[in-house]
Amino acid sequence: MSDVRLTIDGKEVTASRGMTLLDAAQSVGIAIPTLCHHPQLEPYGGCRICTVEAEQGGVTRLVASCIYQVAPGLVVRTRTEKVNRIRKVLLEEMLAHAPESEILLNLAQDYAADKDRFEKEPSFCIHCGLCVRYCAELKQKHAVGFIDRGAQREIHFIPEIAGQECWDCKECFPLCPTSALQAAYVLTEALLTPAKKPSCCS
Amino acid sequence: MCRICSAETLEKTRQEIRLRSDPSTPCIAVCAGAGCLASGAAEVIAAFEVELESRGLTAAITTRGTGCPGFCERGPIVVIHPQEICYLQVKPADVAEIVATTLVDKQLVERLLYVDPATGSKITREADIPFYKNQQRNILGANSRIDSKSLDDYLAIDGYAALAKALLQMSPDQVLEEIKRSNLRGRGGGGFPVWRKWAESRNAADPTRYVIVNADEGDPGAFMDRALIEGNPHSILEGLIIGAYAVGAHQGFIYVRQEYPLAVENVNLAIRQAEKSGLLGNDILGSGFDFRVQVHKGAGAFVCGESSALMTALEGRAGEPRPKYIHTAVKGVWDKPSVLNNVETWANVPLIIHQSADWFAQFGTAGCKGTKIFSLVGKITNTGLVEVPMGVSLRQIVEQIGGGIPAGKRFKAVQTGGPSGGCIPASQLDLKVDFDELTKAGSMMGSGGMIVMDEDTCMVDIARYFLNFLQDESCGKCTPCREGIRQMLKVLNDITTGKGHEGDIELLEDLAATTIGASLCALGKSAPNPVLSTLKYFRHEYEEHIKNKNCPAYACKSLLAFNIDADKCKACGTCRRSCPAAAISGAKQQVHVVDQQKCTRCGTCFSVCPSAFGAVQRLSGAAAASVSATMTLAPEETG
Amino acid sequence: MESATIDQIIDKHRGEASSLIQIMLDIQGEHHWLPREALDRVSERLQVPMSRIKHIATFYKAFSLVPKGRHEVHVCMGTACHVRGAQRVLDTVQDLTGISPGETDPEMKFSLETVNCLGCCALGPVVELDGKHHGNIDPGQIATVLENCEQGKSQGPTTR
Repeated sequence: MSDVRLTIDGKEVTASRGMTLLDAAQSVGIAIPTLCHHPQLEPYGGCRICTVEAEQGGVTRLVASCIYQVAPGLVVRTRTEKVNRIRKVLLEEMLAHAPESEILLNLAQDYAADKDRFEKEPSFCIHCGLCVRYCAELKQKHAVGFIDRGAQREIHFIPEIAGQECWDCKECFPLCPTSALQAAYVLTEALLTPAKKPSCCS
Repeated sequence: MCRICSAETLEKTRQEIRLRSDPSTPCIAVCAGAGCLASGAAEVIAAFEVELESRGLTAAITTRGTGCPGFCERGPIVVIHPQEICYLQVKPADVAEIVATTLVDKQLVERLLYVDPATGSKITREADIPFYKNQQRNILGANSRIDSKSLDDYLAIDGYAALAKALLQMSPDQVLEEIKRSNLRGRGGGGFPVWRKWAESRNAADPTRYVIVNADEGDPGAFMDRALIEGNPHSILEGLIIGAYAVGAHQGFIYVRQEYPLAVENVNLAIRQAEKSGLLGNDILGSGFDFRVQVHKGAGAFVCGESSALMTALEGRAGEPRPKYIHTAVKGVWDKPSVLNNVETWANVPLIIHQSADWFAQFGTAGCKGTKIFSLVGKITNTGLVEVPMGVSLRQIVEQIGGGIPAGKRFKAVQTGGPSGGCIPASQLDLKVDFDELTKAGSMMGSGGMIVMDEDTCMVDIARYFLNFLQDESCGKCTPCREGIRQMLKVLNDITTGKGHEGDIELLEDLAATTIGASLCALGKSAPNPVLSTLKYFRHEYEEHIKNKNCPAYACKSLLAFNIDADKCKACGTCRRSCPAAAISGAKQQVHVVDQQKCTRCGTCFSVCPSAFGAVQRLSGAAAASVSATMTLAPEETG
Repeated sequence: MESATIDQIIDKHRGEASSLIQIMLDIQGEHHWLPREALDRVSERLQVPMSRIKHIATFYKAFSLVPKGRHEVHVCMGTACHVRGAQRVLDTVQDLTGISPGETDPEMKFSLETVNCLGCCALGPVVELDGKHHGNIDPGQIATVLENCEQGKSQGPTTR
């Protein structure tokens, strides 16, 4: 495996090919915030909080460091004004859904994000997909998935599977960055009302 | 044994087809595209068949359902060959007269001809109608010359000649080189050079490669791809096979939205015909090249027009885009190198190979070669599909071809590029339309939608409309797109309903910057464009809405009031009878009054009040607020 | 829905998981909605988790997880239709049927959906009723179009 030399926040970094910018930064002690990242799961690139600036050949791009791979000569900047502003707005947008999330509130302090900037719509979920992906990729149970799209997108337990698998597992609960109760709540609701869809007329 | 298994049999078949069809035989060509079918073309075709049968003329005169020629506004369109007499808005009841007068007595049915609004004179030949005359119909032209369901018709107009040339006389590298020389750029959005994608796939290490037709035309207001794939499906197939040969792919996919049932039907039929004739499958035309095509129906998701989302959908998943730090040309469907181009791009390929790159490059500008089809819709006299060389000015398209704005209204802006595009104001009407100029103006080419807007269109409402569209069509995976669009839409909803405040414009700009900077795919990165481009050219309209609660276009219902001027009202009762909300009171010789509480601000009274009276006033801003207030407080004082 | 019909559809696509969306479209086309039993069968035969099927069924507009009315009304909300008054058309359809987009009335007569462009932009505003397009439609004509559909249906299939 050949090595790749790049610069992150002015530091010379040697990384192995195929490594993500996030891992390369972490290897030299540069912390980049993440919400949807999990070392055991496939890179996802959903929350975008790990956005950094990457410059190559004079062209600077904003990229998600959890999926973007190292390249020779790449110059990465993780705390520019642009990056800070993006993280601030993203946090403000997520705090509208999960105003009590400790992780979000701590990050909000780092980026001077106003937790009350947007009208509160506490759905608690910030769509990091950790529960969904953990259940599918590691447990291979597929008890929880996404439904719908756009602003309507949410997580959804499949009652038949959840009824058999979830009570003895619950490994996804502590992964939730907003509230472990969120997954529990949606799960309970799914189990209490298993027959939401009409089964008549079939 | 296949029918066409070599260049010789292809040419022999072509000659036989041409011998069978005498060009002097009268032929009734009726557009059978989705637009004309919606206007009743199927009934017109049926009526012609019955009429010819009853007069015993079926042998002497043929009837043909063709592809869409583009002038959908005036459909159903009937063209009588060989004279090319063009009748517009034909109804089944007109059919007997057309047969008797034109086909039997060789006279014109004057009332069905196009009338030039400028001169008042009638125009007989299709090609002389200004809408068509000012176009360069390299691609669309074939649509009206063939029956979209007939392979023979396509062969008769040199169909599959380019394929024979590519497979039997050119190496894949030579095909690639010819496309490179033509400088063909993708017609689906960003205008990426086609040859580069092809070369990238061809040079990828993995030998299993795919070629894909993107026929998921999702931009609302654009329908050129529908017209092409419905009207001339073989030309798309031919382009695809040539591309597959250049790239080294043996499997292709056509991803066509299920909202276009006729396109699905015609392209499936074309594939079956091509397979049966040996133009698809193993050893095509005896070249040794094998290629197969599968049709996938899109189940309704705008985001699937994005290449990586489309590929995810092809794999049988919810169409979420993937990060494209590694191009799909290298790692696409099932991680295999995949070349994806849209319908119009593929349609150009046979023309370039058959007629040469030099022929293609004579049209267009230095950086953008060839023609582009636009769908000219909205507040425009001649609605339809328009094919012009790249670099033609917006003014030529809107005024010469489109015939200007109807009902004496003023042109305000044209929206190009679909939901990712922007609005271009009247001051830029002389803009030369190509990929680069549109981008410079803050919009984009997109797939070629051109929605014309007049003085009655509110630009803040247009931005709100697109954001509302995108909020639903975003896949919802990444935060800046899902949440950014949602928050921007809330601000726009507030502004258009009179609840905007100071600082809203800056908030929109802040949200837009994050959505553009951090979104995962092109949908998110371009989602703020409708807001930013209207802010760029129509900032004052935003400010009017926010500061004065005034919609200058009288389009935002919440900011409107309708009032009847007591001095002008002649008590004719037209508005009272037309009001769907029964909000207008009055009687003979009594001035009419609008009950502001019952009024739904639909504007019907304003449009029906006879122009000689002009008694209904349309108000917005302070005037509307005061009318609503006084009327609510003291309705008995008036009347 | 007969399980034999579902198996037939699955077999037509050679039971390949990559054809999941095509199979679901065929079931939707055949049945006008996706009954739970059909999805269970698809999940079992294709070895695809139900969570993925649910995501697809709610992600794409063509699918419905609830039964549809006898008549499907689609109001086009594309840009060309929007600037020519599609909202007024939609408002009128909602008033007349008493249902909002995505809903079916209690008598199972109408299901209403909005669509983001039917590709008949020159004819806007457009309403599609049981697959038949009604172009340049005026709010005043909608009542007649809706009333006529029950007879229209018995005259035979239209271009779906």
